Amino acid sequence: MTSTQRPPAENRAEPESAQAAALHTGTSNLRTLVTRNVRQSGIYVAFVVIVALFAILTDGVLLSPGNITNIVLQYSYILVLAIGMVIVIIAGHIDLSVGSVVALTGAVSAVLVIQQGYAWWIGVLAALLVGVAVGAWHGFWVAYVGIPAFIVTLAGMLLFRGLTLQVLDNISLSPFPSEYQRVANGFLNGLLGGQGYDAFTLFIGAFAVAGYAVSVFRTRVARIRYRQPVESFPLFVARVVAVAAVVMYFAWQLAHARGLPIVLIILGVLVIAYAVVTKRTVFGRQVYAIGGNLSAALLSGVRVRTVNFWIFVNMGFLSAVAGVIYSSRSNGAQPAAGTMFELDAIAAAFIGGAAVTGGVGTVVGAMVGGLIMAVMSNGMQLMGVDQSIQSVVKGLVLLLAVAFDIYNKRRGGAASR
Amino acid sequence: MNDTILEMRGITKTFPGVTALQDVSLVVRRGEIHAICGENGAGKSTLMKVLSGVHPAGSYDGDIVLDGVPARFHGIRDSEAVGVVIIHQELALVPYLSIAENVFLGNERRGRGGLIDWNRANAEAAELLASVGLDENPVTPVAQLGVGKQQLVEIAKALSKEVRLLILDEPTAALNDTDSAHLLDLLRRLRDQGITCILISHKLGEVTSIADAITVLRDGRTVETLRTGEGEVTQERIIRGMVGRDLESFYPDRVSEPGDEVLRIEDWTVWHPTQDRKVVDGVSLGVRAGEVVGIAGLMGAGRTELAMSVFGRSYGRDVSGRLYVRGREVKARSVSEAIDNGIAYATEDRKRYGLNLIEDVRRNISAAALRKLASRGWVNGNEEIRVAEESRSYLGIRTTSVMTTVGTLSGGNQQKVVLAKWLFADPDVLILDEPTRGIDVGAKYEIYTIINRLVAAGKGVLVISSELPELLGVCDRIYTLAAGRLTGELPVAQATQENLMALMTKDKEAAA
Repeated sequence: MTSTQRPPAENRAEPESAQAAALHTGTSNLRTLVTRNVRQSGIYVAFVVIVALFAILTDGVLLSPGNITNIVLQYSYILVLAIGMVIVIIAGHIDLSVGSVVALTGAVSAVLVIQQGYAWWIGVLAALLVGVAVGAWHGFWVAYVGIPAFIVTLAGMLLFRGLTLQVLDNISLSPFPSEYQRVANGFLNGLLGGQGYDAFTLFIGAFAVAGYAVSVFRTRVARIRYRQPVESFPLFVARVVAVAAVVMYFAWQLAHARGLPIVLIILGVLVIAYAVVTKRTVFGRQVYAIGGNLSAALLSGVRVRTVNFWIFVNMGFLSAVAGVIYSSRSNGAQPAAGTMFELDAIAAAFIGGAAVTGGVGTVVGAMVGGLIMAVMSNGMQLMGVDQSIQSVVKGLVLLLAVAFDIYNKRRGGAASR
Repeated sequence: MNDTILEMRGITKTFPGVTALQDVSLVVRRGEIHAICGENGAGKSTLMKVLSGVHPAGSYDGDIVLDGVPARFHGIRDSEAVGVVIIHQELALVPYLSIAENVFLGNERRGRGGLIDWNRANAEAAELLASVGLDENPVTPVAQLGVGKQQLVEIAKALSKEVRLLILDEPTAALNDTDSAHLLDLLRRLRDQGITCILISHKLGEVTSIADAITVLRDGRTVETLRTGEGEVTQERIIRGMVGRDLESFYPDRVSEPGDEVLRIEDWTVWHPTQDRKVVDGVSLGVRAGEVVGIAGLMGAGRTELAMSVFGRSYGRDVSGRLYVRGREVKARSVSEAIDNGIAYATEDRKRYGLNLIEDVRRNISAAALRKLASRGWVNGNEEIRVAEESRSYLGIRTTSVMTTVGTLSGGNQQKVVLAKWLFADPDVLILDEPTRGIDVGAKYEIYTIINRLVAAGKGVLVISSELPELLGVCDRIYTLAAGRLTGELPVAQATQENLMALMTKDKEAAA
């Protein structure tokens, strides 16, 4: 059928008029915007409420420059894991092994750099290779042998924990050379000077805001050119201003502490890259298709095995990145490193709106989910809440988040009938 | 002798938007084998679900009188308690449990202290197996038995519940001839022992040889009840009852100008994925450009299995045969290869196999040919929206936006999304499996119009349908399948519902 391949003329308005229209057109109001994505917006609202709550409970310490820096440094590796985990979960799988893989990759790196005296970057490279190999191992069993990921990665959790002990010979290794430590503990500052604050951090913040504004405006123009509904212009401006305010506040606080953490740059690059990969590439879209309806994906020609394989390779890669960050932060490798990390990463994905049945979830949502967990842990630590109570609270939050997801789905199902 | 065991009076059952049964009556006499015949969708299974309490009392109108007593069943347990047992087409056995465990499942033989008395259970199971003529050890796992023997286990299970009225839904659909003959013999023996049977079957040869009475349903209504010894009961007579309706729906006109052959299948054979039998047996057929070709066949004839095995071997094992697209032999070993070679298949079950219901219209439409919208792996989201919008207006998909979740659309609009997906893949030949199942008359007409536009653009279309009037209305040529074999090919001018039904119910021997 040839007509679907040829755009009819009337669908293509001139770019100029589309750009002009982008400044005033608007077909969807706040209400439809909120209801259209209640699952996601609920998470953002919850995040703001939790931050506000703990800011009050800790008399503002939570949002102090030093503490914000701390949160970033402390939870970056969980967020890196959550990026990979949400992709695994969208495809309808799970990965229980990531904590063990963090330990193994950190251990390999430590053995090479600390014991054997290789350069820091050799350690990083070796860790990444090991992570990819582990991912390929999981991918092989899940995709080509057809064993459920729960089983494969449960086995992997035991297997790679055991290998970690073997590699480390049951002892901890420490310390790393300072270059290696900089990965998780280093800062970029002083590049542009500043008095009492780091101008470079503010510049990066401003740069990020500008990039965001340009990108969403271009999306808006394209949407209008293709006659799609967009939010009203004041609402659009309000959204950009809100994001800009949050980012600049965050940058301001960081600038007044120790500057821009290197690990935040790594995290930022990964988040942007994976957000784009999941939304805009064939691979990303096939991940959603597989999780949404496996049979339909198969019958639409999606190479399900290949996609599943690469999902796990990617998870292994990101586990290795987390392993490098964690070993760098803890300045060494321990046999018990990374225990329970998988549960934090899984919780982040689910709190961030991923569906237990697959097919739903976003990288950004998982980041917000992870930050909710991070802010809660950090806030409770600042308040001196007992570890046991912290665990109870985190467990309840996870349960409520998934209950909310299921409630939403049931309501959605009723509406469709 | 006019002893009535069951009388169903004025049964009306509606589902949202559909009346499945309309004032249906059924009178079954004690000790007879009573067959129920009708096309797919005539309401046979629904009637049996009403009778067995799957649709509980109160969800339908009308009365059921069993042995003179009004019956109001609220579930399977109620109906089984008074000896009405249904054996479904899909067997309800647990494969990893033994024969005895399956026979007494939910009805366990308890000994002292409430524990199961396995000796007693196995002994009683052995007796039941003997009575159905199955020579197997009761401790054998059911998974080790063939379908024919599993069917006998189901009957043994029914007998263990002291059955008075045994309902069998398509019991021989999955059986070979020998097993079918055994089963029919067993039903005769059970009748002689005083067990009344209701038999739902598409195999009219079987029905005429075994049934004492035949009730014909059509479009959810009782047409007639024929009794042997009260006038002629032939297959032709039953077929007339099954199909004898006016063409209520109508079909858009089309000028047929067939061109070169776009699809040819030669000697296509497919084995069942787990059982040791051929589901498709040596089928050869062809579709020409600009031609709509129909495949008629009853449930279990192998229509969907044929289509799916052609579509990148997505069904069955040991698929053999040759496949040509536009005269060139192709090896479509995976779905993506099939799509690349110009074959598309729109499934009969759009919700399970056709659509990602939690995703929006746009992404469902692009799913099968996403690569056309991408360069180096990057999807052009704006082009995707344009394509979706174009499909929406071309096919008349009624939705507020292409961003609407597909799960919220009506059946007809969902079907159009499935078609849009395959049209965007731009195939040479499009296989449509039950393209109008579960959608209303208006949407059906639109689907037929779309089919006509496709063939006008030079595609070949292969339509699988259970509705003979539909095939007669849209096709140029119709093949018939029975038990996996091609039993006939008729130009539409020569085809009638009667001669198609005769070919569709043709026995294997006659076909060979």
